[in-house]
Amino acid sequence: MSVRTGSRVSWLSERGTRAFRGRLGTILRQLVLGTVAVSYLIPIVWLVITSLKPLNQVFTRPLKWIPEPIMWRNYLAAMTHEGFDFVRLLGNSVFYATLATLGALISCTLVAYGFARMEFWGRDVWFVVLLATMMLPGVVTLIPTYILFRLLDMVGGYAPLIVPSWFGSAFYIFMLRQFMLTLPWELTESAKVDGASELTIFWRIILPLLTPALMVVVVFYWLSCWNDFMGPLIYIADFEDYPLSVGLYSFMTKYDIEWNLLMAAALVVTLPMAIIFFLAQRQFIEGITLTGIKG
Amino acid sequence: MATSIELTSAGAVRAASSRRRARILWRNLAGYSFIAPWLLGLLAFRAYPLVASFYFSLTRYNVLSPPVWTGGENYAQMVTKDPVYWKSVSNTLYYVGISVPLGLMSSMILAMLLNMRASGIGIYRTIYYLPSIVPPVAGTLVWVVIMNPADGLLNTVLRSLGVNRPPGWFQSATWSKPGLILLSLWGAGRSTLVFLAGLKDIPETLYDAAKIDGANAWGRFWLITLPLLTPVILFNLIMGIIGSFGVFTTAVVAGGGASGGGQGTGGITAGGPLDSMLMYMMLLYRHAFRYFAMGRASAMAVTLFFVILALTLLLMSTSGRWVHYEAAGRR
Repeated sequence: MSVRTGSRVSWLSERGTRAFRGRLGTILRQLVLGTVAVSYLIPIVWLVITSLKPLNQVFTRPLKWIPEPIMWRNYLAAMTHEGFDFVRLLGNSVFYATLATLGALISCTLVAYGFARMEFWGRDVWFVVLLATMMLPGVVTLIPTYILFRLLDMVGGYAPLIVPSWFGSAFYIFMLRQFMLTLPWELTESAKVDGASELTIFWRIILPLLTPALMVVVVFYWLSCWNDFMGPLIYIADFEDYPLSVGLYSFMTKYDIEWNLLMAAALVVTLPMAIIFFLAQRQFIEGITLTGIKG
Repeated sequence: MATSIELTSAGAVRAASSRRRARILWRNLAGYSFIAPWLLGLLAFRAYPLVASFYFSLTRYNVLSPPVWTGGENYAQMVTKDPVYWKSVSNTLYYVGISVPLGLMSSMILAMLLNMRASGIGIYRTIYYLPSIVPPVAGTLVWVVIMNPADGLLNTVLRSLGVNRPPGWFQSATWSKPGLILLSLWGAGRSTLVFLAGLKDIPETLYDAAKIDGANAWGRFWLITLPLLTPVILFNLIMGIIGSFGVFTTAVVAGGGASGGGQGTGGITAGGPLDSMLMYMMLLYRHAFRYFAMGRASAMAVTLFFVILALTLLLMSTSGRWVHYEAAGRR
């Protein structure tokens, strides 16, 4: 009897310590994760706070966490600031990102289909070349590409930034190919026996199955165009043709910096990307998993 | 009789083989038409520029008049007559040498944090990744404000922690590059997620087996996690090296922000205090698009290309010794 109680007590206390340790572990984990999260978020929070401050509260001792008064009007001031015609810049950015992404989407999908689902002479050799170009640093093609577009009289507008996208991008071709290889061959075999052309098979059978991978391309390509700074800096000649990234930079360089307005402008440039990110979060995360790991 | 049979069969064979040949030809044609966009792009935007870069680097070329052959003059002038060149080289090496290993370590640690079983892990993942979608110009501007030496958020915090003379960050020649490196760590969410995907690929059974064998958490990290992550480490290392040698936007914006606005003498490629943020790509940009010295800029590009190529090949050739592919392939 006494033996039985003893074992029961020890079993209970063991369960107690384990539960306690488990809870301690949970708290510790949340503490670490939370601390890091806060340090990653603070710059973004600070961006929002600063954008709502009057100019004389941007740098104060002690720090001011809540602006007085909250200057919502900073946003209007920033978006109509001289040299930062927001609507116009936004239009330029959207124009650039949309046309480039569209081109990349079409060309990469077609090329990836060729590599993944067709047999032709020299395919595997070309694929190795494709992989090699992924490692080619952009710096070594920069100047001759500029000279090429200059000869074509295209410098000054968006053509040099958009046209190359229509000729495929090694990274996304690779990613889409890997994705297409995972689709079962039985899907297309019967269609082939029935005499369907490759284009029909591509369009009717493969393309509908690609939606998740295509979303990844759209989201990442769009992001890279939206954030592109050096490209437009080199090619875009006129002030009013700048995309938001360069517009934001020239906002900074033109006058004495009004940091509160500049932060409002920076936030406004970030916001569309943040919205896309939150809407397409799964695509972002999946895309990195898909592209990163097997590269 | 016999000959005619032979003839017809030979004809049939010939007909069949020509039909087969036609089919193969058609198949090749179809295949090549699918990859045609990329092939054309390869020619126009990869092969031609690569070759042309080498050629231009051996000429004097200002875009307006045709290139004049000068042999190795650009290279000679670059390394002997341009004091800023070596400044940009040492700045860039400093940046690459610290930001790449540090970024690798921090994103690996973050990935391991995100691989823990904890509630709300999806939210944490979102937060860690969020900075890397912030446009670089905007992100850098925020950090310029935060790192304001006098009354920025960071130095105020440092002062409250007892640091009497906190760094001058982007306004100091000593601290501007560490500032850029800090900024690069903030935006390293992408490689964190690549690491996380690698961690998720490691089979749980390996850890269970190691636990039964009595390995503690530290031992499990060294014996299982690290070896199985080596392919991801190699990938992130190469991408990190290529990316950070090309550092441009953050340095340009931080340099401009530090000088307090107004396009000074340096303009876009100002380079910050004492040129401490003058990166290789900024100097290249200056030569190419401000001075239109395309030959000189091409010489810089070709040199950087070979440096990156050598590093990549070095890493790949030694990878056999430290990268474990076979284990990662087995799942």
